[in-house]
Amino acid sequence: MTDKQRDIWKNRIAVFFAWVAALLFFFPIFWMVLTGFKTENQAIAIPPLLFFEPTLENFTEINERTNYSKFALNSIITSFGGTLLALLIAIPSAYAMAFNPGRWTKDILMWMLSTKMLPAVGVLMPIYFLAQNSGLYDTKAVLVIIYAMINLPIVMLILFNYFREIPKEILEASRMDGTSTFNEIRQVVMPLAWGGIASTALLSIILCWNEAFWSIVLTTTDASTLTAFVASFQAPEGLFWAKVSAVSTLACAPIVVFGWLAQKQLVQGMTFGAVK
Amino acid sequence: MNPALVRWLQAPSIVLLLIWMIVPLSMTIYFSTIRYNLLYPERKGFIGLSNYEFFYTDPSFFPALINTLVLVGSVLVITVVLGLAVSLLIDRPFWGRGVARVMLISPFFIMPTVSALVWKNMLMDPNNGLFAALANALGMTPIEWLQDLPLASIIIMVSWQWTPFAILIFMTSLQSQDQEQKEAATLDGAGFWSQFFHLTLPHLARPISIVILIQMIFHLAIFAEIFVTTSGGPGVQSTNLTYLIYIQSQQAFDVGVASAGGVFAIILANIVAIFLIRAIGKTLTV
Amino acid sequence: MKSLMNTALGLSLVVAGATAASAGELTIATVNNGHMIEMQKLTPKFEEANPGITVNWVTLDEGTLRSRVTTDITTKGGQFDIMTIGMYEAPIWGSRGWLEPLDFGADYDVDDILPAMRGGLSHEGNLYAAPFYGESSMIMYRKDLMDAAGMEMPDNPSWGHVADAAAAMTDKDAGQYGICLRGKPGWGDNMAFLTTMANSFGAQWFNEDWTPALDSPAWNHAVNFYVDLLNNYGPPGSSANSFNEILALMNEGKCGMWIDATIAASFLTNENMAYAQAPQAVTTRGANWLWAWSLAVPSGTKQKEDAMKFMEWATSKDYIELVAETNGWGAVPTGTRQSTYDNPNFQAAAAFADAELKAILSAQPENSTQNPSPYVGVQFAAIPEFQAIGTAVGQQMTAALAGDISVEEALANAQEAADREMKKAGYY
Repeated sequence: MTDKQRDIWKNRIAVFFAWVAALLFFFPIFWMVLTGFKTENQAIAIPPLLFFEPTLENFTEINERTNYSKFALNSIITSFGGTLLALLIAIPSAYAMAFNPGRWTKDILMWMLSTKMLPAVGVLMPIYFLAQNSGLYDTKAVLVIIYAMINLPIVMLILFNYFREIPKEILEASRMDGTSTFNEIRQVVMPLAWGGIASTALLSIILCWNEAFWSIVLTTTDASTLTAFVASFQAPEGLFWAKVSAVSTLACAPIVVFGWLAQKQLVQGMTFGAVK
Repeated sequence: MNPALVRWLQAPSIVLLLIWMIVPLSMTIYFSTIRYNLLYPERKGFIGLSNYEFFYTDPSFFPALINTLVLVGSVLVITVVLGLAVSLLIDRPFWGRGVARVMLISPFFIMPTVSALVWKNMLMDPNNGLFAALANALGMTPIEWLQDLPLASIIIMVSWQWTPFAILIFMTSLQSQDQEQKEAATLDGAGFWSQFFHLTLPHLARPISIVILIQMIFHLAIFAEIFVTTSGGPGVQSTNLTYLIYIQSQQAFDVGVASAGGVFAIILANIVAIFLIRAIGKTLTV
Repeated sequence: MKSLMNTALGLSLVVAGATAASAGELTIATVNNGHMIEMQKLTPKFEEANPGITVNWVTLDEGTLRSRVTTDITTKGGQFDIMTIGMYEAPIWGSRGWLEPLDFGADYDVDDILPAMRGGLSHEGNLYAAPFYGESSMIMYRKDLMDAAGMEMPDNPSWGHVADAAAAMTDKDAGQYGICLRGKPGWGDNMAFLTTMANSFGAQWFNEDWTPALDSPAWNHAVNFYVDLLNNYGPPGSSANSFNEILALMNEGKCGMWIDATIAASFLTNENMAYAQAPQAVTTRGANWLWAWSLAVPSGTKQKEDAMKFMEWATSKDYIELVAETNGWGAVPTGTRQSTYDNPNFQAAAAFADAELKAILSAQPENSTQNPSPYVGVQFAAIPEFQAIGTAVGQQMTAALAGDISVEEALANAQEAADREMKKAGYY
């Protein structure tokens, strides 16, 4: 075997394992989606059914009983709003820290992360009272603010990482041309870090989307998101696995589509090797 | 950049987080020193450290502490190793890479409650779960996952959900690796492992430490997976600190003790963080 | 993309100004059980009959619902006009003055509500919650398998007989298990069942001086019996099973017997189901539980009148008839009214009617243990501390069931956990 042939084979094996990993990771989701098209009795069959006559009855019932689009819109508004707010605050800070790290930069980042260490269930009452007294209870605004704040440390840290990966030489070149800081961020850093920003935004949006504690505790009807939608299909007395599977499929469909669109952005930009 | 500008750019995030930290934290510390049960509104007053004492002397406290650490540690190791392996596998272009990438990230899109329901009832159930059906088909006795391996089951569920997070970060970071350097190394005859240890791993040092730090925060507070599947049992084998706090906060409605538990959780998180920073934190500013 | 984000943020700020429910709008918190789903579907009829009132439903899973409504009512949050609560909350909240006492007109015929239900939802003679549907517990078994095993099930079996029948019906190689019982930890999960079982063995949660009584020989006897029974004749993985998991196993034909909520009878699909009263050991007292999913109005609500109107409608005889007209008598909410059981159409449609009524009538929340006890409640003690105690004790029972520790150790740990909570609450 020549070296070239060996490389081809190595590559094929790598691709094979990549697909095995992808299929294994995806399988539970495939199974969940499949279960959404079963009746409740098919969902509990022993052994589990792989082939069956699919039914849309779960989806029909969900559609009759609830207003999916309202929950979905709330989820979209709160997770995109929270992420956008977090990004607006974090991009300048992370930029400043990454390109002008000081003695305290690392400690500040660690301190920021430590603000997330209080378990939500432990600060339930303080936040609950604040929301009640500020009149923001059951509004999308309260979720946007909370999502921005709970994700801010993470957004900061990840952005910091990506900004650090931008070679300083590029910035120095642009500074010599006399670019202002604002333009420097907009014209030089942003395009280079676009993949990193996109992946940070995606992560933050997903974290908001799946946030199931505050979104349930702080909303009643007006601002309920898809996590409340999913919770509303669990029954203490009665089988619900097929329905919850269908509901979950609906609940994560928008974010999967979004992830699909975003994944192309993720890999753009961050190719500095060529620039150097 | 001039130092004043640097400070101004950093100010909003620092100030906002400071407020976000101080207000709930000081309320929590205050609540933790008073008698405060939602179901007994008439009982009030300062009681010193009694709430802390009650939480700390719970026989479940130390097992829960150990479980918390085991849970965090195992999930961190699994997700980082798997995440590295997978992101290296998908680093080079191949047919259908976009689809494979979305499939790999997708577990992260599922809400924790739902993922727990799917794993518990459709995969791990020893009677009608898929794993049991596979075991039966192979002539083996199905494993009673949640009964015999409760903590391991939860580690599997959480790792499944969070490996995609590591993949996402590593995948993006690998894009910025210097390809010319790699090609040069290949021409010099450096093998895969040599390249991995001398080029890739150093390049990924910062992303790895960031993945570890962020995950640590989330995994110290794992709740939904435990609540839905084992309710902390059998015994306290799958009870973590958050679950203990939950029992005090949402079943006993004892805000005082729950707040004391919250303070314990912060202390624990900070201890863990200090160790982690010692071990990996220096890569942050490199 | 960017413009979408901007719009999103803008929208969220606009909506921020809007405040809670306007007049005539009722917000009702409930769970996703079949009868509640039906109530939601029929609500347009109520809205037609009462122009000006619209109803918003907030449906949550049981644990979340309980936290939400408790937090709301204790902090006077005012988010809900009607709450779905159980027999555990009603007397506690009623005694705190957090619920509006109920006083309906003569048409409502409050005396038609089964006395056990009325008693369990009252405090000092005032009714604080209206039962929407009620349940007790009973044995549900497969007649065909029982016959095939050469056994019979009397109406009032003993635990010994149940164990014999379970042994005869078990064929593990064929995936056939004699008995399925709850094992998942939780005061409303395994402890609801185990408490009734322990009651029948002469045990109780608390002594007259409020000290926990989990170290008694009666508890020991009962839990040993439970663990042996499930380990020998139960399905694998029992320690993770609660109502829904066992319902799935029953419908797959894996279990011969199941002792659980009477409501389960209406979900069982096998045509060979038969019913008997919950087993007894040394007493029948407290051997079967009593629960009602009920509607209650938090005191101080701004919409008291409208809320009362809705509750009166949803728990009335007319409502039961409306469900019967729409879906047949087999689908009506049961366990609340004598008139339902007197109805020949219902008797014909529900094979479990007699067993269920007998079980409910025999349950006495105020007198549920063989020896005197200071608390109200059959499968729970209606004191605020019980949820936390029940969950901690439930975890220990699961450990004994899984074989991780002995029954004696489990009960000693349980006793200590209960003792800690009771001391903290200042009972002694």
